[in-house]
Amino acid sequence: MERRWGMTIDLDRCTGCQACVVACHAENNLPVSGPVEAAKGRAVHWIRVDRYYEGTFPDVKVKYMPVMCQHCDDAPCEPVCPVYATYHNAEGLNVQVYNRCVGTFYCANNCPYTVRYFNWFEPEWPEPLQLQHNPDVAVRPGGVMEKCTFCIQRIKRTKQDAAQEGRPVVDGDVQPACVQSCPAEAMTFGDLNDPNSKVSRLAESGRATRLLEELGTKPKVIYLQRGK
Amino acid sequence: MATTPELLPYGRIREDLFRPLSGVSRNYVLATVVAFVIGAAGLVAWGHQLRSGMGVTGLRRPVFWGFYLVNFVFWIGISHAGTLISAILRLTDAAWRKPVTRAAEAITVFALMIGAMFPIIHLGRGWLFYWLFPYPNGRLLWPNFRSPLLWDVTAITTYLTGSVIYLYLPLIPDLAQLAEHRTLWRRTLYRTLSLGWTGSDREWHALERAMKLMAGMILAVAVSVHTVVAWDFAMTVAPMWHSTIFGPYFVTGAIFSGIAALIVVLAALRKILHLEFYLTRHHFNNLAKLLLLMSLLWFYFTMAENLTVWYGNDPGEMAVFAARTRARYAPYFWTMVLLNFVVPLVLLGIRRLRTIRTATIASACVLVGMWLERYLIIVPTLANPRLASASSTYTPSWVELAITAATFAAMVMLYMVFSKLFPIIAVWEFKPHPLEEE
Repeated sequence: MERRWGMTIDLDRCTGCQACVVACHAENNLPVSGPVEAAKGRAVHWIRVDRYYEGTFPDVKVKYMPVMCQHCDDAPCEPVCPVYATYHNAEGLNVQVYNRCVGTFYCANNCPYTVRYFNWFEPEWPEPLQLQHNPDVAVRPGGVMEKCTFCIQRIKRTKQDAAQEGRPVVDGDVQPACVQSCPAEAMTFGDLNDPNSKVSRLAESGRATRLLEELGTKPKVIYLQRGK
Repeated sequence: MATTPELLPYGRIREDLFRPLSGVSRNYVLATVVAFVIGAAGLVAWGHQLRSGMGVTGLRRPVFWGFYLVNFVFWIGISHAGTLISAILRLTDAAWRKPVTRAAEAITVFALMIGAMFPIIHLGRGWLFYWLFPYPNGRLLWPNFRSPLLWDVTAITTYLTGSVIYLYLPLIPDLAQLAEHRTLWRRTLYRTLSLGWTGSDREWHALERAMKLMAGMILAVAVSVHTVVAWDFAMTVAPMWHSTIFGPYFVTGAIFSGIAALIVVLAALRKILHLEFYLTRHHFNNLAKLLLLMSLLWFYFTMAENLTVWYGNDPGEMAVFAARTRARYAPYFWTMVLLNFVVPLVLLGIRRLRTIRTATIASACVLVGMWLERYLIIVPTLANPRLASASSTYTPSWVELAITAATFAAMVMLYMVFSKLFPIIAVWEFKPHPLEEE
């Protein structure tokens, strides 16, 4: 059976430390926007940590929610792209083909999670960051849209390695950068089509919710949090 | 008020309407130069954007569409001046339409040419715009026909082609009259474009039929074009875009702003080309009544849209609604209501006040109001996405302002060149019927 990659994020564990954000930057060659552009809201973070405040001072509770591309099964970004730059691949990933993208912005405008990021200029890295590019990941030119890929390069690498060594890919073999780096172990990644995978079992938990589920987008990122 | 151009001898009409084609006044040169400079500044701004990247605009996540898309919808809306109005008047055989139609049809063609530029200008990689056309390509890929942007490409290219034909057909008999022009390049131009028109019965019949056919078809195309433009927004899941009435709402707004543009242009032509005898109070009165009707219809749609959102009280939509009517965008919103509804209602609804001057003032107000309407549809929705953490604001940069100004200059320039090359009022339409001639 085809794989269907998905992720669970345990909000009861998340401390909002932003390690996932940093890991993603390093892994995926995200451009460095600089303070001026970042202040304008032009910074590129494939994963961001949203903060929700409950109560009034001094009795305030802060809740953190890491938000990245939800890899929706019915992704609103896909049908609106006129050049097929974004489409659904066989393993359920919502993938972005940078070379096809002409930059209509339509996908980003139709993403209810606002997780698509645009390259406003040619990408830049202050020295010596340009020396630490990940060779497995394309550097995107100015004028194209990009977003979280669930670290598709790691999925491919894992499958290649397993094939070479003549063994199957088992649950836990693939770990996107954010999942790997989470100190609280709040994130789990795996195959939602495999009923025995850790991610499938967590997705069945009573704590499972999906973001903006009511829109019918069928996200493959599942948030875990206890009821009030 | 019985003065109609039909009462004039045909020779005099010909003379009056062909006169603007010859001679260039100082003001004409001055206006052309000013328009050219503004237009060139816009081109420089666009070049800067292509070189440096879209970061030179005021756009930012999540407001990915700003002035460019506003201008796009605005100009495509203006294009409904001509074709639609002239087609309706032609099909209903409204006798007063004669001096109005060509001016209107020219607006359509030029507004479309300008409007169709914006989808290209707003692209992140504008130089690849042709990837949206279906042609055999190295990517081994068709464009995605499920995308409303592809519907746009299809609708707008159809509309532009149709509008050019629709403008051209009724020009042919006039071009034939001009084929004896004394300057050589004009003679060559008119002779080539008149396609050897001799004015035989057969030719007249063919032309009449072609114009009737085109009027009918262009009507359907025009309605579909602005519906598709509306669907760019309505097909999304974005709050206050995902609305079933957007199609007819946009068509109404388009015709509304189109009539306003027509009145402003006619008032300018009347003054500058001294066409007081051809464009009379009668024409402006009729157009003003049409404008008033569209104003009422526009208000009805706007009310229906906003009332249902407010009553429905969906949190996602209410964030946009509040931003529009009570917070950041409220001044624009209420100005829009004033300009699009209150001003036309007072100036055109009260008969005593309805003159050429007030009709022109009301029309200018409507043009500003309808531009604001498109801004208010596009920006507040994007600035207030469903996840409030991503919300932002938008202020255009000088690049967007320069390009916007350039489009208005381009409109003026194209119109001025056109009115120097071709009679802006169809001369042959005043030709007495052969049977009435003696």
